[in-house]
Amino acid sequence: MAVHLQKELDKIKKRILALGALVEERVHLAAKAIESKDSELCERIIRQDHDVDEMEVEIEEECLKILALHQPVAIDLRFIIAVIKINNDLERIGDQAVNIAQRVAFMATRRPYEFAFDYSTMAEKSQDMLRKSLDALVNFDLDLAFKVMTLDDEVDRLKDDAYDRIKAEIQKHPDRVGYLINMLLVSRHLERLADHATNIAEEVVYLVEGEIVRHGNF
Amino acid sequence: MSQTTEAVKIPDPGSERPLKMASEHLNFFYGDFEALHDVNLEFYENEVTALIGPSGCGKSTYLRCLNRMNDLIPISRVEGKILLDGDDIYAPDVDVVSLRSRIGMVFQKPNPFPKTIFENIAYGMKVNGLRKKSEIEARVEQSLLQAALWDEVKDRLDDTALGLSGGQQQRLCIARALAVEPEVLLMDEPCSALDPIATQKIEELIHQLKELYTIIIVTHNMQQAARVSDITAFFYLGKLIEIGVTDTLFTRPKLKQTEDYITGRFG
Repeated sequence: MAVHLQKELDKIKKRILALGALVEERVHLAAKAIESKDSELCERIIRQDHDVDEMEVEIEEECLKILALHQPVAIDLRFIIAVIKINNDLERIGDQAVNIAQRVAFMATRRPYEFAFDYSTMAEKSQDMLRKSLDALVNFDLDLAFKVMTLDDEVDRLKDDAYDRIKAEIQKHPDRVGYLINMLLVSRHLERLADHATNIAEEVVYLVEGEIVRHGNF
Repeated sequence: MSQTTEAVKIPDPGSERPLKMASEHLNFFYGDFEALHDVNLEFYENEVTALIGPSGCGKSTYLRCLNRMNDLIPISRVEGKILLDGDDIYAPDVDVVSLRSRIGMVFQKPNPFPKTIFENIAYGMKVNGLRKKSEIEARVEQSLLQAALWDEVKDRLDDTALGLSGGQQQRLCIARALAVEPEVLLMDEPCSALDPIATQKIEELIHQLKELYTIIIVTHNMQQAARVSDITAFFYLGKLIEIGVTDTLFTRPKLKQTEDYITGRFG
């Protein structure tokens, strides 16, 4: 029975990593879309989201099956619980990529505007957090997981910066408020994405240590 | 008393119950073979302690040391102490029969006497010298009630106990153990011969009985240990390896060895 369970766990691990890779790619495309304002690319991101959704459901079903059939304990139990939560976070990250694509698609339909907030640093940092959180999961790497948690503060600062600058711009050009709100929302989506990467890192800490470190509880 | 065990102990911050039993530096030998090595364990009132470990790890041997059942094996030898309410049960002046009425035992296979249901329960009381019929009857009823069997057998107390189902026979054996009003109840894989429904009944019973007794249970069924016990002790090769609050031991054991066993990675 242990061999059988081990096979199932290996399968789940492969699938959650495959989902991670897929979501990483979506986020990468969304970051590209922010820069290029390519509406076709935005369409593609929106259209392909159901792949992520389908995979998420499949992984959850597999996890529930293992819980029901094997009643895992200790590290196996923590692994399944962590995967169920990480699975959810990855799906939500996929949603944030779609949200970004929708904002950019909206902005692309409006007349060009000379003011632009440079999102490249924020997008890079968010992607870096996602990559590191998944690496921490693969390698059960506690140090890396804790590092992701500290990186979240930098993304939050960049979001506050975007807020201040876009707010000032709205005051200067109230006629472009729709465009600017969409621009502001991009920062919100990137920040949420980074939050989900932080959640993944926290789940990795639970997986390795058995300690719940959410809500700054570390 | 301080915990002297070398085993890794997960602290139990919630436990403020009085100490009921303890073993101190317990070694046990079958001839030259040392089946238990330096086992230090404490059992608190109204707690259920589960002893787990692979076959041959000494958990049943340990359980049987606790009411001197191993005395029946001629080549066996005990070193160290087992304390019940602070007194050594292996002291020379201890009367083993009265000790066993304080520490009851339920075995793996239901073993009712080939007598009526009533006599099975009344037997121990009679051995202990109880003669008053009304009192015996009251205690038979009370024991069967406590063992959650009364409703099923109250109309056929004079039928043979061998006509009961396996699950009923096991509850009868629990009732028989309870009839002599023990303080500690030892259970050696009490559900291993039972189907899932009978098992569930016994597990529910354990939950109820711990309000009144200190319970120590040996089980091969890890899920059962997780469900019924407050404390779990893991034995391996005659040694106590890790002991701790059951919830913690099954979610994040401290030792790799414990984790490997409970996740089925060795054994």
